[in-house]
Amino acid sequence: MATEILMPALSPTMEEGTLAKWLVKEGDTVSSGDILAEIETDKATMEFEAVDEGVVGKIVVPEGTEGVKVNEVIAILVEEGEDVPEAAAAPAARDEAPIEDTPAKAPAAVAAPAAPVADATPDWDADVEVKQTTVREALRDAMAEEMRRDEDVFLMGEEVAEYQGAYKISQGLLDEFGAKRVIDTPITEHGFAGIGVGAAFGGLKPIVEFMTFNFAMQAIDHIINSAAKTLYMSGGQMGAPMVFRGPNGAAARVGAQHSQDYAAWYMQIPGLKVVMPYSAADAKGLMKTAIRDPNPVIFLENEILYGKSFDVPVMDDFTIPFGKAKIERAGDDVTIVSFGIGMTYALAAAEKLAEDGINAEVINLRSLRPMDTATILASVRKTNRCVTVEEGWPQGSVGGYISGVIMQEAFDYLDAPVITCTGKDVPMPYAANLEKHALLTADEVVDACKQVTYR
Amino acid sequence: MPPKKAAAKPNVSAEELLGHYREMLLIRRFEEKAGQLYGMGLIGGFCHLYIGQEAVVVGLEAAAEDGDKRITSYRDHGHMLACGMDPKGIMAELTGREGGFSKGKGGSMHMFSKEKHFYGGHGIVGAQVPLGAGLAFSDKYKGNDHVTFTYFGDGAANQGQVYETYNMAELWDLPVVFVIENNQYAMGTSVQRSTKSPSLWERGAAYGIPGEEVDGMNVLAVKEAGKRAVAHCRAGKGPYILEVKTYRYRGHSMSDPAKYRTREEVQKMRDERDPIEQIREMLLTGKHASDDDLKAIDKEIKAIVNEAAEFSKDSPEPALDELWTDIYATEIPQEA
Repeated sequence: MATEILMPALSPTMEEGTLAKWLVKEGDTVSSGDILAEIETDKATMEFEAVDEGVVGKIVVPEGTEGVKVNEVIAILVEEGEDVPEAAAAPAARDEAPIEDTPAKAPAAVAAPAAPVADATPDWDADVEVKQTTVREALRDAMAEEMRRDEDVFLMGEEVAEYQGAYKISQGLLDEFGAKRVIDTPITEHGFAGIGVGAAFGGLKPIVEFMTFNFAMQAIDHIINSAAKTLYMSGGQMGAPMVFRGPNGAAARVGAQHSQDYAAWYMQIPGLKVVMPYSAADAKGLMKTAIRDPNPVIFLENEILYGKSFDVPVMDDFTIPFGKAKIERAGDDVTIVSFGIGMTYALAAAEKLAEDGINAEVINLRSLRPMDTATILASVRKTNRCVTVEEGWPQGSVGGYISGVIMQEAFDYLDAPVITCTGKDVPMPYAANLEKHALLTADEVVDACKQVTYR
Repeated sequence: MPPKKAAAKPNVSAEELLGHYREMLLIRRFEEKAGQLYGMGLIGGFCHLYIGQEAVVVGLEAAAEDGDKRITSYRDHGHMLACGMDPKGIMAELTGREGGFSKGKGGSMHMFSKEKHFYGGHGIVGAQVPLGAGLAFSDKYKGNDHVTFTYFGDGAANQGQVYETYNMAELWDLPVVFVIENNQYAMGTSVQRSTKSPSLWERGAAYGIPGEEVDGMNVLAVKEAGKRAVAHCRAGKGPYILEVKTYRYRGHSMSDPAKYRTREEVQKMRDERDPIEQIREMLLTGKHASDDDLKAIDKEIKAIVNEAAEFSKDSPEPALDELWTDIYATEIPQEA
């Protein structure tokens, strides 16, 4: 049976090429792997090999021909003693494309916005006893509770075991759970993050601690390419149920390489969930949810908040769902949206604004992906003004995203442009006065709120 | 490229030889067909063929047991066929169709099979190395005696994360066989042009990991070395390195002009060292099979490959709403 040899596509973008040279002639016997011809594209000259075996019955396109379309018949292969079929002997360009080009429809860019509904249920019932707890203790308690609950949960990272944690977050865990489940790693972020992801593929639920998220940049390929994308790439067969956690953002006087807020970076990635707690209750409830979540979770802590105390409910199993913001302070005049350490500026600004008779509503987002935009939009419909607050840089910021959402979904409710309060657009300096100047201040938030309320 | 140790001539049955012949031939014919479908525009993007390297995965799979895991790079079609994944599902993934192993969402470089313990298919050079050690970590943690085969190339062997992984794998005695498929070219750069320490397995000595060089064109030599490596891991002695010297006949990917080596070099390898021809020769001279027996196998393999190709063309493109699925899991997937 005669086999048509077609002009091959030698790259994903090739549409036509030059048949530079035939390396076989009519009557030659070829077997698979033999080089038939040299094909020239705009990028390179490449050799073209036989797939089938047989005798070259007819060379349809002579060498030196330019503009030969991909999939055009260039030669006919026949079996020993067979004639070339008549119809195949003349060159004919093939018109039909082999694959239908079906453009994927993008979701409608602007849907008529339904009225957003904020879920205002409290994190715990009013009659539950609370205990003053530091963020540090809350994180440790959450991990310990989940490790007691599930044998497959383990903690790995630098200094998490014998040193009891570089910031003492894992204090006591080695004693309770032993070296099998609380594992000191060498200083090798790229490597141990990859091992953690592999362990999650293998059915475990790792908590990978980065001494700070600055060092996670060494491991970001595994966080994004290996952990976040595998569920999708495997058609849902396997993923990485795990937590990457550690302090994020500026500490104090540690300079540019140790003082970056990664919230906006990770928030962009489909496949990741991203949370950034403010209070000890946030830290505990979100950490327990993060460990149980079947997806990779980025858990952004803050060194300055570790020692701060908050009320934490005394409950057997206290969790906070992802994607549920908390209105920390109700108000009608302006909406302030923040998360993590940004909340300290937001709440301090709200106090000062109250002295001037401006009632700010302060929203603590807690999770950035998924983000509770319903609570933001419902509040903006009420106050008609919004200021966002974060320590990260301005370009590509979390606040920039929020202001985009508000413009697309609540434009008609705005009485002033949204203002995004961010850290200054500079690497963090060391000098005390400069560092203070690079960070956000509550006064800047106050000014922004006065600007949008025209006071 | 003579191997350092002369390959032992083990007693091997006709069944085993025929099995290896069949498996290697399936990979070769499958890859040739994939190349053809690529040329026809049915397969898009990158497509890295395994032709010439068949003895590596076939030999090592012969040393594996049920429950063992495997993970590799983007040159992964051979690994999937060798561990028993259905050729139809692989080819349909290459054509980006619903019937593919990843429902068409992964492509040539990103395929997985929980059922066969195949953990990808990874597109970032070297990333599969710590992931493979992590899989081995999970087995050690659970207290079973499974082993993970972690494959990577001579190019990946220069990535820093490989050595970070060596360090921890030996420190924690992880049951992982590091298989360096040294096909001598990292894309277009030969090993000689990328390192002054070209004996890649010996780098394990810096971490205390034993290993050896293996003739990767000889499936029996690969199998024997694989058994030694696996025995070491299963005995709880930690990782083992196999540097398998092999050769890829085709370009790095389909769009490789192959100007970094001569046509004669490739031809010489095909003529003198071809892994399939070697077994064919053994089968015929040992009177384990007749020419007709082998022709029958060839025909059978061709039918399997043609069926896979037809399936990959007939399987529909994924439904558009597939775009939005499998981004987040709602429950923890259970181990197969």
